[in-house]
Amino acid sequence: MAGTDHAPPPFFKRGPAPLALLTFYIAISLALFVVDLRLRSIDLLRQSIALVTDPMQRAAQTPGSLVDHAGGYLRGLHNLLDENARLKQAQLQLAPNLLRLEHLEGENERLRKLLAVTEREKANGAVARIMYTARDPFSRRIIIDKGQQSGIVAGQPAIDEAGVVGQVTRVFPFSAEVTLITDKDQVVPIQVVRSGQRSVVFGLGSGQLELRYIPANADIKEGDLLVTSGLDGVYLPGFPVARVVSIERENSYAFARIRCVPVAAVENFGEVLVLSPRQPQPPAPPESPGRTGNTGAPSKAAAK
Amino acid sequence: MQPTFSSSRILLPVRPWFIIFSLFAALLLNFLPTAHWPGVPDWVALVLCFWSIREPRRVGMGWAFALGLAMDVADGAVLGQHCFAYVLLAYATAAQARRILWFPLAQQALQILPMLLGCQLIQLLMRMLTGAEFPGWGYLTGPLIATLLWIPVTFLLLLPQYQPVERDENRPL
Repeated sequence: MAGTDHAPPPFFKRGPAPLALLTFYIAISLALFVVDLRLRSIDLLRQSIALVTDPMQRAAQTPGSLVDHAGGYLRGLHNLLDENARLKQAQLQLAPNLLRLEHLEGENERLRKLLAVTEREKANGAVARIMYTARDPFSRRIIIDKGQQSGIVAGQPAIDEAGVVGQVTRVFPFSAEVTLITDKDQVVPIQVVRSGQRSVVFGLGSGQLELRYIPANADIKEGDLLVTSGLDGVYLPGFPVARVVSIERENSYAFARIRCVPVAAVENFGEVLVLSPRQPQPPAPPESPGRTGNTGAPSKAAAK
Repeated sequence: MQPTFSSSRILLPVRPWFIIFSLFAALLLNFLPTAHWPGVPDWVALVLCFWSIREPRRVGMGWAFALGLAMDVADGAVLGQHCFAYVLLAYATAAQARRILWFPLAQQALQILPMLLGCQLIQLLMRMLTGAEFPGWGYLTGPLIATLLWIPVTFLLLLPQYQPVERDENRPL
């Protein structure tokens, strides 16, 4: 290198030689890279740096949100009135279902008690606003405006009004990072509603999902709805995840290539509901527990 | 401050606070929501490149490392990804600083291009090797735009160092 070949006289203080500095910094960078990627054990360092960068990021987001607010203000009262009317109508239309839902849940609970089956877990959580999508172009993540201060922990699932959006992967003091289900190799355990078949769906990174390891002759059609199976201890059962859009069956492969699109508005800005973490499930019994999804009952019986 | 071949104008010494201010401004520009658009340059890399060529004694690999760390956290990227690329960029530009400054601005820009492109390619390679998805060719268009911006950025960042043109008949300089 041109600038490094002539060594300075010792009476000019210039610090360590550039090559030594370069080696030092590169060693640290690579160590950080490997540790962060493989061990994921330096979240404390990340959180402390985020304390400095987070206010700057929020400041940088203000012009955009100001423009949004101004746009919303200028769009005026009419839209709001329209929207209000529509929402009221929708609420009225949904009211019978909701009212009966409470009744049904009560009934369900009583029946389950009669059957001595564990109660269904209730879904509750905290509403969070999506602040922005993470800038890293290599992954699909969003940042929400609730963090450790609101009791968010890593692993919580996030849903919107249509279905599953993703899962909280990192938590900062005032914000949290949600990895979308479309992120590459993000996995969601699912169940096909029509046939009841269980599988896992993988993110492809292109905004689509792929259902892998399904035999080519399996009973699955285009348009099938996939919901969470609840077997993983993270997602509650029954939330819509994706819909099958294309199936390619080739003779040369044992498995079919099944593409799905997410049901939720995964890559749009808006609000998400971060579900509170599920209660830890009791360990699975030694025998195969049969086809019921409730793993609680057999071990309780064994305890007695 | 170093003399350039193309301009005989004598510059005032740089103010350290202005260097720090410009680097933080670049960081803020990087945090803007525009960063998703293809072709938006990596402002931190560009400004770092500039100061590391103009003032290699003041802005070097230490700054590059710190800024890289901030970018990694803000991006949600793997820690060390930007650090590695920026440190290499600072080293390469500092090593080439004395040579590059002898060229006129347009030719300087042409020599900056491979360095910025390399900075981006290193990050691409690091992430692709560890199994990330390919973000599309738009990721590599940033350095091209940054190269086009080299002349205006140079003018802007040197603005506080220009002194008023005063013609003194007794001391022609």
